[in-house]
Amino acid sequence: MSKTLAQKIWDEHIVRRAEGEPDLLYIDLHLIHEVTSPQAFDGLRLNKRVVRRPDLTIATEDHNVPTLNIDKPIADPVSKLQVDTLRANCKEFGVRIHSLGDAEQGIVHVVGPQLGLTQPGMTIVCGDSHTSTHGAFGALAFGIGTSEVEHVLATQTLPLIPPKTMAINVEGSLKPGVTSKDIILAIIAKIGTGGGQGYVLEYRGSAIRALSMEARMTVCNMSIEAGARAGLIAPDEKTFEYIKDKPHAPKDFDAAVKYWSTLQSDSGAKFDVEINLDANELEPFVTWGTNPGQGLPLNSSVPNPADISDAEERGAAERALTYMGLTAGTPLKKIAIDTVFLGSCTNGRIEDLRSAAEILKGKKISSSLRMLVVPGSARVRLQAESEGLDKVFIDAGAEWRNAGCSMCLGMNPDQLAVGERSASTSNRNFEGRQGKGGRTHLVSPLVAAATALRGTLSSPADL
Amino acid sequence: MEKFIKHTGTGVPLRRSNVDTDQIIPAVYLKRVTRSGFEDGLFAAWRNDPDFVLNKEAFKKGTVLVAGADFGTGSSREHAVWALQNYGFKVVISSRFADIFRGNSLKGGLLTIILSQEEVEDLWSVIESAPDTAITVDLESRTVSYNSILLTFEIDDYTRWRLMEGLDDIGLTLKQTDSIDSFEKNREEYKPKTIPVLK
Ligand code: SF4
Repeated sequence: MSKTLAQKIWDEHIVRRAEGEPDLLYIDLHLIHEVTSPQAFDGLRLNKRVVRRPDLTIATEDHNVPTLNIDKPIADPVSKLQVDTLRANCKEFGVRIHSLGDAEQGIVHVVGPQLGLTQPGMTIVCGDSHTSTHGAFGALAFGIGTSEVEHVLATQTLPLIPPKTMAINVEGSLKPGVTSKDIILAIIAKIGTGGGQGYVLEYRGSAIRALSMEARMTVCNMSIEAGARAGLIAPDEKTFEYIKDKPHAPKDFDAAVKYWSTLQSDSGAKFDVEINLDANELEPFVTWGTNPGQGLPLNSSVPNPADISDAEERGAAERALTYMGLTAGTPLKKIAIDTVFLGSCTNGRIEDLRSAAEILKGKKISSSLRMLVVPGSARVRLQAESEGLDKVFIDAGAEWRNAGCSMCLGMNPDQLAVGERSASTSNRNFEGRQGKGGRTHLVSPLVAAATALRGTLSSPADL
Repeated sequence: MEKFIKHTGTGVPLRRSNVDTDQIIPAVYLKRVTRSGFEDGLFAAWRNDPDFVLNKEAFKKGTVLVAGADFGTGSSREHAVWALQNYGFKVVISSRFADIFRGNSLKGGLLTIILSQEEVEDLWSVIESAPDTAITVDLESRTVSYNSILLTFEIDDYTRWRLMEGLDDIGLTLKQTDSIDSFEKNREEYKPKTIPVLK
């Protein structure tokens, strides 16, 4: 029988299948961070259970950590407690942890791939919804809640119901200045924030094949913003090449590649749904509202809710415009920005920094805004510094920070003030996501850099 | 986990769609390392608004939240479920839930029920005009009833059984340890390991 890639990986990991019960699925890699794990470790302790496979588990600190003065103790006592709790739990249960100051510390979804722990055909989970990022390697990777974290710690398995599959075919080639971030924002605007619910999205087609591994991660990262738990891209030469020199690359690399090469949807495989997108048509995309589906090409204007026929959506658009402080009809490019945030597990990798630096090189950011550049991991920061990118950012007037989730979410010291407006390369523009009352426009690193120079939402073509 | 068989309570109408997890509980409230006390963060951004439904006297004792479509989108934070439970909710009704939120809620014993958007709208009008209306959710018969209305909902047999027995998923899986052991024996060697720290 022909199978989709998702079905193949699923079937390879079934520990037990019984009529009327969810499948018991084996988990190859469990990533952990400080926010969604303390109650799980507590549960283990309470029930006198151990971590079944500490050697398939790895922890890092990302959500709560400051990106300045990281050599000093964390100032916020509650954040500090959470990080200290993670450290103590990892010590007690024998789990490897990359703490602040360690070269491998960083956002959990940047760290897994850069260590070579993320490999094709694996099942990967983490108590974080953007675990979908790892799907870029052809791994079935999804976010879980804390009860499930505890379940995986104790059993290295999860009881799950097989997902449906959706093929998203992106054919053609991107125009200059258009990136993988624009692909995924366009997909979400097309299928909606609930469009992927219950599905694994498999991104296919020539435009996807042409993307680098880092750009593929950006696409898979935001699968969750379309409601899907997981995104997948079949592995190819680029994938193998990326993993090859990483610390955890398989010793018997040829055997691994032989298996990885079988990891594609069979030609006759049937997806539950198929969607097509023309890459040639895409423009730089930006969100105007308070969910990632409320996005438009940068050349358009703020939409008029009165033009939306669906009552539910109209109401949501009206509320979004009020919250965002925007007037219908305003050209998106006229919107003035206070803060540019370049970072997060969506766009905090080395290529993202390189592409933004390219635009900023030898120029100064607008005096009307601040720009935070936050590498996704300490390793990315080191790499960027070895290439002199830090100088480019600093000379342009941006702040060069240490690794972490930073302004992607309002949990650590990097936050928007009430009413402040950002152009952000992160993934969520929810009300208050970047700080209470903060207003977020999601953009690509190229748009972020161009916006930093001009002070209003801009694409590189406007420079 | 407490058993869930049947619950009767009053409703709280939350006429909003796409209520994401950052609205249910903002990130600043996620710093606790315990499972309790999250009620203070529930819908924090809206709680200052006197017109917000939870601030209205008539709805203060509600235990059945009736929400708009796409409830619980966004992050995987189970704190969203704990916040609702800590506040006192036993059931959430919506026409569509985000997958991870729904999974988390059913693991933790907060019953999430999918009704059609029309049924949700009817329920909204009824509880808005008569907040004292008793709503009964019966997991055994898979029904929601109020006044003389009886609605049915779907839930898979396995989850229903687990909730009705109040069973801990981990305990159930640990009974399958033999299957896990034998699966691990056949696991390919080239799969990566993280090298654990030595104790
Ligand atoms: S960078 Fe943002 S989306 Fe990614 S893990 Fe951190 S908080 Fe979550």
